[in-house]
Amino acid sequence: MSDALLSVRDLSVEFTTYGRTQPVLHGVSLDVPARSHVALVGESGSGKTVTMKSIMGLLHMPPASISSGAILYDGRDLLTMPRRERLKLTGTDMSMVFQDPMSSLNPVFTIADQMSTILKYADRRLGRSRSRRERMQRVLEVLAQVRMREPERVARSYPIMLSGGMRQRVLIAMALLSEPRLLIADEPGTALDVTTQAQILKLLKDLVEERGLALLMITHNLGVVRETSDYVYVMHKGVVVEEAPTAELFAAPKVAYTRALIDAVPRLTGARPAERTEAAP
Amino acid sequence: MSDELALPEDAPRLSSAYQSWYRFSRNPTAMIGLVIVVACVLAALLAPWITPYPDHVGAVVNFRARHLPPSADYWFGTDNVGRDIFTRVIFGFRVSLLLAVVVLGTAIPIGTVLGLTAGYFGGWVEIVIMRLTDIALAIPPLVMALAVAAVLSPDLVNSMLAIAALWWTWHTRLIYSITRQLRTREFVEAAETLGASKFHILFREILPNCVSAIAVKTSLDCGFVILVGASLSFLGLGIQPPTPDLGTMVASGSAFLPDYWWESVLPGCAILFVALGFNLLGDGLRDLYDVENVR
Amino acid sequence: MEFLRFLLRRVLWSLLVLVGLSMVIFIIARAVPGDPARMALGPTATQEQVADLQKKLGLDRPIVEQYGLFVVGLAHGDLGRSLLTERPVNDDIRDTFAATLELVLATIFIAVVCGVPLGVVAAYWKDRWPDNAVRLVAIFSAVTPSFFLALLLQILAGYVLHILPTTGRLPPNFDFAPGYTGLVLVDSIIAGRPDAFLEGLRYLLLPAISLAAATMGQMARITRSSMIDVSSQDYIEASRAFGVPEWVRVCKYMLRPSFVPPLTILGLEFASLIGNAFVVELVFAWPGMAAYGIRTILQKDLNAVMGVVMVSGVFFVLVNLVIDLLVGLVDPRVRIRGSRQ
Repeated sequence: MSDALLSVRDLSVEFTTYGRTQPVLHGVSLDVPARSHVALVGESGSGKTVTMKSIMGLLHMPPASISSGAILYDGRDLLTMPRRERLKLTGTDMSMVFQDPMSSLNPVFTIADQMSTILKYADRRLGRSRSRRERMQRVLEVLAQVRMREPERVARSYPIMLSGGMRQRVLIAMALLSEPRLLIADEPGTALDVTTQAQILKLLKDLVEERGLALLMITHNLGVVRETSDYVYVMHKGVVVEEAPTAELFAAPKVAYTRALIDAVPRLTGARPAERTEAAP
Repeated sequence: MSDELALPEDAPRLSSAYQSWYRFSRNPTAMIGLVIVVACVLAALLAPWITPYPDHVGAVVNFRARHLPPSADYWFGTDNVGRDIFTRVIFGFRVSLLLAVVVLGTAIPIGTVLGLTAGYFGGWVEIVIMRLTDIALAIPPLVMALAVAAVLSPDLVNSMLAIAALWWTWHTRLIYSITRQLRTREFVEAAETLGASKFHILFREILPNCVSAIAVKTSLDCGFVILVGASLSFLGLGIQPPTPDLGTMVASGSAFLPDYWWESVLPGCAILFVALGFNLLGDGLRDLYDVENVR
Repeated sequence: MEFLRFLLRRVLWSLLVLVGLSMVIFIIARAVPGDPARMALGPTATQEQVADLQKKLGLDRPIVEQYGLFVVGLAHGDLGRSLLTERPVNDDIRDTFAATLELVLATIFIAVVCGVPLGVVAAYWKDRWPDNAVRLVAIFSAVTPSFFLALLLQILAGYVLHILPTTGRLPPNFDFAPGYTGLVLVDSIIAGRPDAFLEGLRYLLLPAISLAAATMGQMARITRSSMIDVSSQDYIEASRAFGVPEWVRVCKYMLRPSFVPPLTILGLEFASLIGNAFVVELVFAWPGMAAYGIRTILQKDLNAVMGVVMVSGVFFVLVNLVIDLLVGLVDPRVRIRGSRQ
């Protein structure tokens, strides 16, 4: 599947803290074909966030180091390409929706300021240029695309003036600024109440489908997986333990750990599963 | 960040003792601070036995040996009446440390109790106490000590009282902010639910959680109190001659600048040295206890 | 509007602080075992002279009335008369305050302009050599007594290198005196006298550096820890993911939210800065309020001392109000919520 848009090959990452080295990813591989919707699921500490940060180039090195593997985007290895080339892709062609709407926006700058700064430097890396006015126009356009009713007012606001749901939409808008082909979403909306989260996921799904984007959804919530993805990778302790099309995974999980995860999803109807499987050791 | 550092469950956990030891061993400044502090305290305690000319503490005059530069006989040189400056510096530590002990010994208990009270009870108690600290903050300790010296008489006890009368504010603010955060924590609420007395909650539940912050603050403050005390005696409002006092020595030596520079510079370095020790130690403790917001 | 309400509340609290301060000062001044008039005049004065002065200063009235008069005077900006010279304390302080103001402003300028960038550098290269160097500088500047630094600078720049003057505010017999604002650096520009500006600067440099060192170290320390705090925030990670260049992240996205703690500390520690100004002014024979204060203290001129302490307090309160305003400008959360927390 090397024709995938994003392909993580055999990625191993380790951390060095307090003078000791600790591997946290052991040969993780996953593929996100163009226009596909893939989920990466696992409990906290499973390595899904480290995988995401490795892809986006957000690992702090040190303490982290990538001991082996490759991350192919469009067939080119992000880990070996020159930094400049990589920066042309991250944040623009492959972009990211952040998890926590309360803490992912800078509290002391307006939304317009933060978004147009992102756009300005994205343009600069790609060798494009836009006037201030054009940038502002683009910001308002994207804010409207995430179904913001009053884009001008939102743009003028500081984050503290917006509700959690609105801030989460701003985070989505930020990811869309430079027309990405791949969107990596890190548990968007987990910090919000259930209704708002459902709206955010619906919005994200609609946007991704409208534009034919590839989506890599990173989550611990199997409900979100079922809602948003066609193909799932299950991670546990730094290893991909199972991968399957979403429907298949839910119908017949192969690994005990996956079964445990599925059983852990609260149900509103039906009896408790007759036979509870303990989490894999 | 938390995800990055999360380890697989079966990885060997690093014990907190190992982490503390690791951090302390990687922090040479804390060790240097500790050594300086211990050395100064020991020197001050043992001054009569370790100094070369213990009788130079008093009003000894030896005109043949006046203004001698540092040498093997007189490590820090001699002053304008021929007394050994090194001896007087070591004895000067006594006054500095005494000042720190008395001021902080008064200020910390007061500041802690007021901070706990204001932070835990809230309401008008909080308003009264915190406004009092605001008022006290507006008065420079040095100016206060000057004013008290003007009203009463310029001596060490009055200066110490004047400084202590203002210094509690910093401890009150520190303990207050910690207490306010702890007030709504589960272990406090649990104690309340169990019907524990206010005294128990303040001193058995909350206070132990302030200890590391108090330790850091105390260490840093020792240095700063010594500096304020030195400024006071530099202005002539500290302990009166002939008892050796570092600030007084700098002041009287400065009359002979720049020719007999050692008479003011070396006692000045001594003040710097002891203040440095307490500061490094406080810094090291702060890193160790992870109480970044204590200054 | 919340911000206006916030500022108004701060102004009211400040007034309360000043009232409290006036009480504290009054209590100290009247706690004298003995008679202020007698103390001021000395043991040689006759009983009539003492009684005369007591009457003139209102010392013969009940203590509450005396406090009332003191506060009424304060409200009119009247600090009473000196016990010794019988000159209004106002006049003395007005003559000396400008020099202190100039010194303190220069000090704050140096402390912020050097301290904050040092803190940024230390935070950026955390745990590497620039960080260690800055920490060392910060610790040393915090623990060097300012009078000692003043002496060292005098020796170095004045006696050894002969590059800067070591006492006074302007050369003796210099044909320029500050007028409108009382600040040499400002008045010389207004008067179009670049030579006076340069001279004023030369004389200002050493005292200001001596006084600034401690605050500068503190600024560097607080800025550093504040920057490190902010650097681990999600929004900094987010701006990194979106490819905002590093210098913009550090100098804009990290610095601005980091700015409130150092500002706050500058305000809180302003009292100890004034305290240090007393010693530094003495060492450099700077003709400021502190030098005046020390002189009056040694002469046991209580009214003058009360005036000096009160003016220090007002100075402290005003600086903190300005800082509240600045904090609001830097951080919109304060403007919108109307509180510091």
